[in-house]
Amino acid sequence: MSSIDLTWVIGGPQGGGVETAANIFAGACAASGLKIFGKREYYSNIKGEHSYFGVRVSDKTIRSNVNGVTMLAAFDAETIFRHADDVFNDGAIVYESDLVPMKIEEVPTLDHDFKKRLVKYLTSKNKSLTIQGTLDAAKERGVHLYPVSFKTILSNLADETQNPKLRGMFRMLNVLAVSVSLGILSLPSDTLLKSVESIFSKKSQIAEMNKHAANYAYNFATAKYPKYKYQLSPIQKEPDTIMLQGFQSTGLGKIVSGCRFQSYYPITPASDESVFMESNETFDVENNRPGSTMIVQTEDEISAIGMTIGAALTGTRAATCTSGPGFSLMSEALGWAGINEVPIVVTLYQRSGPSTGLPTRHGQDDLQSAIHAGHGDFPRIVYASGDMEEGFYDTAKCFNFAETFQMPVIHLMDKFIASTVATVKRFDPKKITIERGKLLEKIESEDYKRFASSPDGLSSRSRLGLEKGIFWNTGDESDEYGHISEDPENRIFKMDKRATKLEFALKTISKEDQATNYGVSEFCIISWGSTKGPILDAIDMLKKEGFAIGFIQIKLLQPFPTDYIKSLIKGSKTIIDIEANHTAQLGSLLNEHLDQKVDYYIVKYTGRSMTCTEIYDSLKKILQNKAEKRQVLTYGV
Amino acid sequence: MVSNLSDYKTEVHNDWCPGCGDFGIVNAIQMALAEMEVPRDKAAIFSGVGCSGKTSHFVNVYGIHTLHGRVMTFAQGAKLANPEMTIIAAGGDGDGLGIGAGHFVAAGRRNVDMTYIIFNNGVYGLTKGQASPTLKLGLKTKSLPEPNVNQAVNPIALAIASGFTFVARGYAYDVRQLKDLIIAAVKHRGLAFLDVLQPCPTYNDINTRDWFSGMDNINEMTKKPQPRIYKLEDTNYDPIVHIDSQEEENEKLTQALIKSNEWGEKIPTGIFYQNELIAPYDQRIADRIPNYLENPPSVQEITSNGKPITDISRMLDSLQI
Ligand SMILES: Cc1ncc(C[n+]2csc(CCOP(=O)(O)OP(=O)(O)O)c2C)c(N)n1
Ligand code: SF4
Ligand SMILES: [Mg+2]
Repeated sequence: MSSIDLTWVIGGPQGGGVETAANIFAGACAASGLKIFGKREYYSNIKGEHSYFGVRVSDKTIRSNVNGVTMLAAFDAETIFRHADDVFNDGAIVYESDLVPMKIEEVPTLDHDFKKRLVKYLTSKNKSLTIQGTLDAAKERGVHLYPVSFKTILSNLADETQNPKLRGMFRMLNVLAVSVSLGILSLPSDTLLKSVESIFSKKSQIAEMNKHAANYAYNFATAKYPKYKYQLSPIQKEPDTIMLQGFQSTGLGKIVSGCRFQSYYPITPASDESVFMESNETFDVENNRPGSTMIVQTEDEISAIGMTIGAALTGTRAATCTSGPGFSLMSEALGWAGINEVPIVVTLYQRSGPSTGLPTRHGQDDLQSAIHAGHGDFPRIVYASGDMEEGFYDTAKCFNFAETFQMPVIHLMDKFIASTVATVKRFDPKKITIERGKLLEKIESEDYKRFASSPDGLSSRSRLGLEKGIFWNTGDESDEYGHISEDPENRIFKMDKRATKLEFALKTISKEDQATNYGVSEFCIISWGSTKGPILDAIDMLKKEGFAIGFIQIKLLQPFPTDYIKSLIKGSKTIIDIEANHTAQLGSLLNEHLDQKVDYYIVKYTGRSMTCTEIYDSLKKILQNKAEKRQVLTYGV
Repeated sequence: MVSNLSDYKTEVHNDWCPGCGDFGIVNAIQMALAEMEVPRDKAAIFSGVGCSGKTSHFVNVYGIHTLHGRVMTFAQGAKLANPEMTIIAAGGDGDGLGIGAGHFVAAGRRNVDMTYIIFNNGVYGLTKGQASPTLKLGLKTKSLPEPNVNQAVNPIALAIASGFTFVARGYAYDVRQLKDLIIAAVKHRGLAFLDVLQPCPTYNDINTRDWFSGMDNINEMTKKPQPRIYKLEDTNYDPIVHIDSQEEENEKLTQALIKSNEWGEKIPTGIFYQNELIAPYDQRIADRIPNYLENPPSVQEITSNGKPITDISRMLDSLQI
């Protein structure tokens, strides 16, 4: 059996059902045992602008997207204009045939810059500035064209089912596009129908109508078209596979690790997590009363973190979830949590900054902001996850760090992970531990001191409502009870106490939790966060060609695990930093903390996540000694 | 057992200026807690930043001195996570109506069962007397280089418009009435707001103790000062919304707004508006999470022997391929 690895892309106007279509496609493939790695790209817009969803399907483990498209499904002109050139030479375009005469200027959502590039490209190929011209250029390269009149299919369907309403049901075009695609790719139709059913499971009538349409379009495609070069076929399903979106991973991690309070203010791409948690606000608890998480939508992010701190003071595991702009607003309160040693978790789903930047696009822009946000010196932990599985398990670790070391923890996630849909091994709550540090259940002493001196800097932690546990907090410097003190000796005591906790944290956090070592060799990549997947896939591609490249994924970024990283890279000669921001924010940390300096930088800041293909290409240049010191990646629409 | 007033006092040195109205407010808070016999470990004072912000250090219950303008955010988070606590938030007029005004409005919409006291002195005390949002247009207090160019916000009217369900005004030098108002506010089911007129002898040389007691306004006949402050309870004013009808609500809201506009010769204190027919936030949550009040966030068990006990299998099942 030949191996399967293809990318199917569907595009359309925002709000036009692109996501539904992609979910049907991914669901059908996943149900056939295939592995999925899908990614959604969209404008900061609700209706009308172009959005697309790329689903990579394989029979082997995949952790990233590739450059190029095997099959493009388009029921609007913009999708063809934007993506046709990205289709592989032996790829295919399934499109609404009515679109062919459309001219570039007839698509108002094509922005000026893109139009200019498109006109230049088509002119250079001597093609008309229309869909026809665009398709001709693709065809010339060998791309297979599948013109389909989806509207005719709809009206045939309407006649056949004597349901004239169907004729105008343009929302169903997306279902038709998936079904025709899967017909051409020959995935058995029962998985398609099951997937349609589960997507519309809440509305049985609509489910029936869509299933009927899907079946019709699927049969239309299999009857009409000869076998296409790329085919999908079911494989042995791995047991315990789930398919989910990234934001669900941290949401589930929070619920299982006992987060019982989360306050948030809406922001892309972070708020999906809170909404998901609110949809699952009640749950069963072993040998206990049913549990619940209180999710509060606040008036702003300042309030969100304020409430989180307030809740944490009662001994509740509490968190907030935000993105760059919101995190900036939280910085003053972050310092308050720092000086008062309050354990909170701030899940930071990064996107492209600065300011509102590219609000719906990816970026690893906030590493330095996470490390430095807030004025004054105070300890915090910054921890970065590389994918959704890490997102789940690391969330639990972040709460443990927060409570053990009594300090705010910033958990770095990003838009790439948030909007990835992938098949992964079912999360296993048994792998999680819950460590609550010096949280008190009971106090005997009549003279409780919240900030009592101790060798590791950690004092026993009371909580609002605990008998004999009364304490004070203040944003001012304070004494052991928490009352304001401006005494210089006390100041030294408290500053040192808080700093000691950070040293203790670095000593206590295991090496495996500090960084993941995927093997070290002469050439060694150091990176953080969601570049993990494309890096690992790129390394595999190089391995097949006989190249060995090492990779260290740093997870603990503050306090920086200097000793461990130094010990790991001892044998490496060439250090390559890969990250999705402009200034190489990790790179400057490496240069600051390590003796060896970074030799090569691979960065990307287009707002689109890295693909394994472009990392592979740039690594290869380095291996062949043909690379510039800094390579900037640009792939992606 | 009657609680001892001294139990509610800390030994922390109080560094407010002599004669500051804040002393009266902190006394009234301590007296109210003692009279209600709230167990010390079941009460918390949250405070903002300013002279007023130090209040939490002088009361011997849990004391959380937060950030400038953010006191309500911390306080609500704590109350929602542990609804068993009696929570009083305290802060300055700059704190709550300037930098924190957004939180003030949002808090009204939630109606969390707690009390919020604003120390209304017309100035930013701790930063040396700049105009606060309650200083009237055109007034030039001691340390202002020029007269105030902004209109004053009306805290009572703002609270009513924002949805606070108990709105009252006290006077820092009438500790007895203030204590009673605090008790009424704490006992109120829902979010209570107390605007406390608080002379700042150091920076507000206009709205002084003498001014409030009418020393500048001597009755020709009696030769006695005519106090500006009077009590609504001494009139036939009824602040309470008794029945759940639009008409009743309109009437009580309107009279409260009109009363709140009274200033100058006559300044009302007491309860302006009270409506317990609006569900407090905890009730709204309990409608969604039935056991919220018995099993709120702060008392939930989350682990047994270091392992999670939350069952997410149903959520995972729904994602299962
Ligand atoms: C974010 C921030 N901005 C400014 C300050 C400086 N500051 C401290 S107290 C205060 C004003 C206090 O006035 P008010 O809230 O009316 O309290 P009062 O001192 O009058 O009781 C200001 C502006 C601060 N602490 N934090
Ligand atoms: S400055 Fe005013 S408010 Fe502050 S302590 Fe002195 S008198 Fe009181
Ligand atoms: Mg003030």
